Amino acid sequence: MVELILFVITAVAALAGAVTVVTARNPVHSAMGLFGTLFSLAVIYVVNLAHLVAAVQVIVYAGAVMTLFLFVIMLIGVDKAEDTSEHLPRQRILVGVLGTALGLVVAALVVSGRFVWVPAAVGDVEIPNGTVQAVAEPLFTTWILAFEVTALLLTIAAAGAIALAYFKRGLIREEHE
Amino acid sequence: MTVGPGWYMTLAAALFSIGAIGMLVRRNALVMFMCIELMLNAVNLTFVAAGRALGTLDGQVSVFFVLVVAAAEVVVGLAIIVAVFRARATASVDELSELKG
Repeated sequence: MVELILFVITAVAALAGAVTVVTARNPVHSAMGLFGTLFSLAVIYVVNLAHLVAAVQVIVYAGAVMTLFLFVIMLIGVDKAEDTSEHLPRQRILVGVLGTALGLVVAALVVSGRFVWVPAAVGDVEIPNGTVQAVAEPLFTTWILAFEVTALLLTIAAAGAIALAYFKRGLIREEHE
Repeated sequence: MTVGPGWYMTLAAALFSIGAIGMLVRRNALVMFMCIELMLNAVNLTFVAAGRALGTLDGQVSVFFVLVVAAAEVVVGLAIIVAVFRARATASVDELSELKG
């Protein structure tokens, strides 16, 4: 019962945040909507006993990534209203059709009550408790190679970001000549 | 009334749909980026819900890898947006057409 109430509250908050991201004209409002969605998802993770994932969600996503987003929004100016004139006339119609189709699929699933989306699941399994220790064990044994590769990926991303920010246009051109 | 994994899957599907629609209708590169984050989070939710239904922690481990890739993507993407803004003074993807053909 508690889970049902929590689910309804967080699901409504997450969907409201998601709609705000898409509809808000001001990018700061979009960022705030995304912030709300990320927080609601963190609550859902706690309900699903994914404690470490919830903590990381708040620290990395709601903390670091959103701060980075807000920084860039402030950097490139928030006072510019988005140009609403349409350059691709048929795009809106296409999006309308696609959006209606996606909405209908989700609505049909809700109405028909076909909620068995994980076929291999058998009845009542014990919900895995996602503590730091429990998650770290497979991460550092079975998935160690993937873990190392993500470390490499992060290093490359950091180097790439520095390269993009550091080299001026002219400087890159000079190096190529 | 118990909340099964399908409920979370449905919420994730709805979030993904909203993200995909936003990706198509918005022209501000930053908002498009936020829509990508929305879609990635929807996928993370399915990982956690499926992991719970199957009684395994692998779903939660997958979330970490998605998170790292998302963080790396945000860093590089925002750097590109800032670099483009410095060169062209706009963040609208419709006005940036130098890369075509």
